[in-house]
Amino acid sequence: MRLAVTITMALSLIAGAAFAKTPYHDGTAEVIKPVDKSHPLDEVVSGYNFRKAMIRDVQDDDFENPGMLVADHGGELWDTVDGSAGKSLSQVFAGCAEVPLDVVGSIYPRFNNAAGKVISLEQVINMCRETVMGAKPYKWESRDMLGITAYIRMQSRGSRVNVAVDGKASAAFERGKKLYYQRVGQLDMSCAHCHEDNYGNYIRADMLSQGNINGFPTYRLKWNGVGSTHRRFRGCMKNIRAKPLPYGHEDYVALELYTAWRGNGLKVETPAYRN
Amino acid sequence: MKQTTQFSTISRRHALAMLGAAGVAVFAGVPAYADGAAVAAKIKGLTGGKSVGEGAIELDLPEIAENGNAVKVAFSIDSPMTADNYVKAVHVMADGNPTPDVASFNFSPAMGACRASTRMRLAKTQNIIVLAEMNDGSFKQAQATVKVTIGGCGG
Amino acid sequence: MAKIKPRVKVPKKAAVGEIVEIKALISHPMHTGRAKNKKTGKKIPRKIINKFVASFDGQDVFTANFEPAVSANPYIAFPFKASKSGAFTFTWVEDGGAEFTASKKMTVA
Repeated sequence: MRLAVTITMALSLIAGAAFAKTPYHDGTAEVIKPVDKSHPLDEVVSGYNFRKAMIRDVQDDDFENPGMLVADHGGELWDTVDGSAGKSLSQVFAGCAEVPLDVVGSIYPRFNNAAGKVISLEQVINMCRETVMGAKPYKWESRDMLGITAYIRMQSRGSRVNVAVDGKASAAFERGKKLYYQRVGQLDMSCAHCHEDNYGNYIRADMLSQGNINGFPTYRLKWNGVGSTHRRFRGCMKNIRAKPLPYGHEDYVALELYTAWRGNGLKVETPAYRN
Repeated sequence: MKQTTQFSTISRRHALAMLGAAGVAVFAGVPAYADGAAVAAKIKGLTGGKSVGEGAIELDLPEIAENGNAVKVAFSIDSPMTADNYVKAVHVMADGNPTPDVASFNFSPAMGACRASTRMRLAKTQNIIVLAEMNDGSFKQAQATVKVTIGGCGG
Repeated sequence: MAKIKPRVKVPKKAAVGEIVEIKALISHPMHTGRAKNKKTGKKIPRKIINKFVASFDGQDVFTANFEPAVSANPYIAFPFKASKSGAFTFTWVEDGGAEFTASKKMTVA
């Protein structure tokens, strides 16, 4: 099975340089040198730079980018009073996130003292809603949750992703790293096969990026809508014929932390516009 | 066999002038297309069988669309847009979609220029045909091919 | 069902005779009527924004008719020649007649 997959991969992966008109290939991309010496790559690049102009142009314009419509919705919810405590998320969120509002979008997933573990932005929001606002939690992939997370991360747009993976976050980091390199599914592949070994190459007609998540939640043409990192992870796993985990699963939170760390130093681009 | 609608061919100089910037579609100047019967019928319905002129229409389409869900389609038509001389309507058609109509636009002199941009769904590689109707009842046309690739993977 | 909310870009100020660019984006799935609900297997009925109208001081200046081939979350950009100060009204019409509107003022000097 493994040999068949290797051959298939070899046949379907084509060096990108021959066909590409992407910033990564023509040298105009912003390339970050990883801060962490233990980073497996010597360059960190946003997924933006692996896309053609038709896609990049949309992200560059807030009036063309349909992801902004979801962020607008989140912006409305942000200031809306909800729940038995009569508060809006804007009034209480900084306390729940345990960090100032202008950095939340660039440093989550994060070890949260109240939760006692590493949690994602979605989990902070729901923890806040349930325990502080007395409001019902949002479903992970609902328009409301996508809107709020897009809105919050957008407040950090342009600042650098900077998730902490040391101290109390190190267990989740190690778990995420293990998952990243773990072969799964009938196609017996790991995240690394595409996003570490073959970024910049084509798989059939798609150019592979490094799989960074600095633009999430992102609008994807494939979805004709905005989706979370967990939706993306689930989709990847379905593609390699592995069983996807449920939204919010601890493993996905760990993987999210690890993947975010791989992109530390990249600018937050939420809401991004991608394939 | 009835006379088929005249399809515009772009003069070589005009085509070369427009081939400059990256991302601008290649003009095929092809007189007919494989399954264009629906488009031809639509054009005939709009023009009443009148001959269709060339020139003045610039199309902004990608050569290759990485995804067929939202392909940029934009056009710019050289016209003074005055009360006596303006583009009345522009029809955008795609000959490889389940139905050929994509969108139509009604312009007025108040706009000062004739151009528009939107995003369309393309089912596969096909020709995009833009038909412009002038206020004097004359028509102009341009077309280009957009290659649509099927993605590789990506959840 | 997703909320229908538009995002419109109109310059706040323009000079007389200046041709400005207007951009309008609205949230809408633009159901073509061809796709099937993955869970039920039934076809999702067609429901699209079929028309966009831009009017200035009550006068229609630009109309776009959309077919199902227009992408989800339809986007339109078009020019307008500024001549006097006034207000734009943008109207999106959905299959079935529901209308969504947005207004923007422009000062022309």
